[in-house]
Amino acid sequence: MAPPTEKSPTGVELTTQPLALGPNGITGGTLPAWGQYAVIAGAVAFSVALLLAIGSFSVGLMLALTVVVACAGIYAWSRVVEGPRRALDRAVTLSIAAAFGLAMIPLFSLLFEVTKRGIPGLSAEFFTDDSRGVVGGGGAQHAIVGTLVITGVAVVISVPIGIMAAIYLVEYGTGKLRRALTFFVDVMTGIPSIVAGLFAYALFEIFFGPGVRMGVMGSVALSVLMIPIVIRSAEEVLKIVPKHLREAAYALGTPKWKTIVKIVLPTAFAGLVTGVMLATARVIGETAPLLVTTGVINSLNTDPLDGRMENLAVFAYSQYRSPGVDKMASYDLAWAAALVLIAIVMILNVVARLVYRRYKTEIR
Amino acid sequence: MARVDTTTNAGQILAAASGGRRRAGDRIFSNLATVSGVTILVLLAGVAIFLFAEGLPAVTASASDLPGGESFVDYVAPLAFGTVLAAALATILAVPLAVAVALFITHIASPRVALTLGYLVDLLAAVPSIVYGLWGIFVLGPAAVPAMQWLEEHLGFIPFFEGPASATGRTMFVVGIVLAVMILPIVSAVAREVFSQTPRRLQEGAQALGATRWEMIRMTVLPFGKSSVISGAMLGLGRALGETMAVTIILSVSGIVTFNLIGQANPSTIAANIALDFPESSGLAINLLIATGLVLFAITLATNFLARWIISRQMTE
Repeated sequence: MAPPTEKSPTGVELTTQPLALGPNGITGGTLPAWGQYAVIAGAVAFSVALLLAIGSFSVGLMLALTVVVACAGIYAWSRVVEGPRRALDRAVTLSIAAAFGLAMIPLFSLLFEVTKRGIPGLSAEFFTDDSRGVVGGGGAQHAIVGTLVITGVAVVISVPIGIMAAIYLVEYGTGKLRRALTFFVDVMTGIPSIVAGLFAYALFEIFFGPGVRMGVMGSVALSVLMIPIVIRSAEEVLKIVPKHLREAAYALGTPKWKTIVKIVLPTAFAGLVTGVMLATARVIGETAPLLVTTGVINSLNTDPLDGRMENLAVFAYSQYRSPGVDKMASYDLAWAAALVLIAIVMILNVVARLVYRRYKTEIR
Repeated sequence: MARVDTTTNAGQILAAASGGRRRAGDRIFSNLATVSGVTILVLLAGVAIFLFAEGLPAVTASASDLPGGESFVDYVAPLAFGTVLAAALATILAVPLAVAVALFITHIASPRVALTLGYLVDLLAAVPSIVYGLWGIFVLGPAAVPAMQWLEEHLGFIPFFEGPASATGRTMFVVGIVLAVMILPIVSAVAREVFSQTPRRLQEGAQALGATRWEMIRMTVLPFGKSSVISGAMLGLGRALGETMAVTIILSVSGIVTFNLIGQANPSTIAANIALDFPESSGLAINLLIATGLVLFAITLATNFLARWIISRQMTE
């Protein structure tokens, strides 16, 4: 191909030629835009063919082989056309994307399986009946009610303490106490849930004697897990309330507490609600702390101060651990409980984000 | 001159101007906030104190009085071994994957979909552990059996894959994978945070010098995020150490100590042992379980302490 030419103002003919750095000029060659997709498609075809040929086809093996073949393929092709550095870049990019895909497999498998296996166990009976005196089968009404009561009490305990502590951290805290609190709230988020359960048991055992089981014990255990999450999220949203709002209130002679109650909290309200909902979603599915505090029971109990109380997660566990005569019926109930639980958690998550998007105060 | 917090001072000055003393409302409210803050510290101390008080009888009791006839240390040692083994396996599996996921979201996926992908990863953290347990035993376990048989056949000379491979999938190997999935969102959240904070000038400088994207990541993003990723890994480790239900449901346990990850008999973990035995225990057996809980508390606390310390040191730099 003839090099492109142009006329310079002086009439001398200039020749613009590619810089002679390599056979392909300054940028080197480039794979076509469809190149990587072609390689992936080729890798899929190759893997399927190979696995069918040796007669041990499975989806997992096929995907694994595809990733390896595709990475090797794009590296080889790109190395020839673009050189080793670009080739490595392409291969690494592809394997990072594959790693992301790998991490998503459990999520989708889990959601799919829970839905598939949970639906057979769902019936009107599931929501309206308890499983008293039933051998395999029955409903989970007592567990659903128990979940709501235990978690509700936990929210009532955690939210005031959590938000007041966050107010302390953002508005009042100074010096050592503030630093200690910040650090220990972080440490507290790492308490294993079973340890929180043992704490609640040890606390109540001292007052009520050994073997004590009460709904409110579960709430205390859940509060230990929930409070640090509430503090963290409340602290975040209180921090972003602009200082000039507070200063404007002070300038009008408003006392500090009234400024917080009337200006700061309303400004941060949507964020606070979102934080509380996300924290609730985190603890509503807890099993271990409730196993050691609220125990297992087959009938409805709505009084958190009176004896054992069932909850959905513990219900799912005990249906699995000690199934009735009809094993499949019990497993169906366990999956159904898992499905309801996951649905509650997902709904809380989605609604929390919607609340934030819809009601957050625009801060300029 | 000392830095002055104008907001706090303004409040105090105004309070002083309007009568020379703090108003009652202010006093009550600020005390309420302080008390709430102190409550948190008391609560945390309370966890340690009550566990200690209830666990102590089992630690001091003679071996013959304890159920099983072993001393406390002999009882808790295999459990602690199982706990650390499962959590270490999970961390080793999760960290590289979490870093890749974080890199994908912050530097490779287009910014338009990155937020959605982030939500997807966060969803993994929202799934209750009981659901992970059921999924592990009914879905992943059976699916992992061929893989474990392959490992036994081809890598059986490594002690981890000694076998004989379990036919049910109720093994440490499967537990490690499930725990890895559970801690992945925590580790990748920390990694995402720090990767997205890598100074632009470093990244753009690297690219201006002709670095490819991977070279830019390797030379700027990864070194910048290294210590945060380490602390994120330790947070994940702490979570895996204390994870209860998934292990309780999936693992087929016996009291042995073994590095064999794919066998029928596995060491139990502290948390799973408590969940399995607590509902049917009474008397000194309860104290014994609470004492093991205290050990677990100490291990996770130490891990978290270290992780937070690394983070706070990083912040001040």
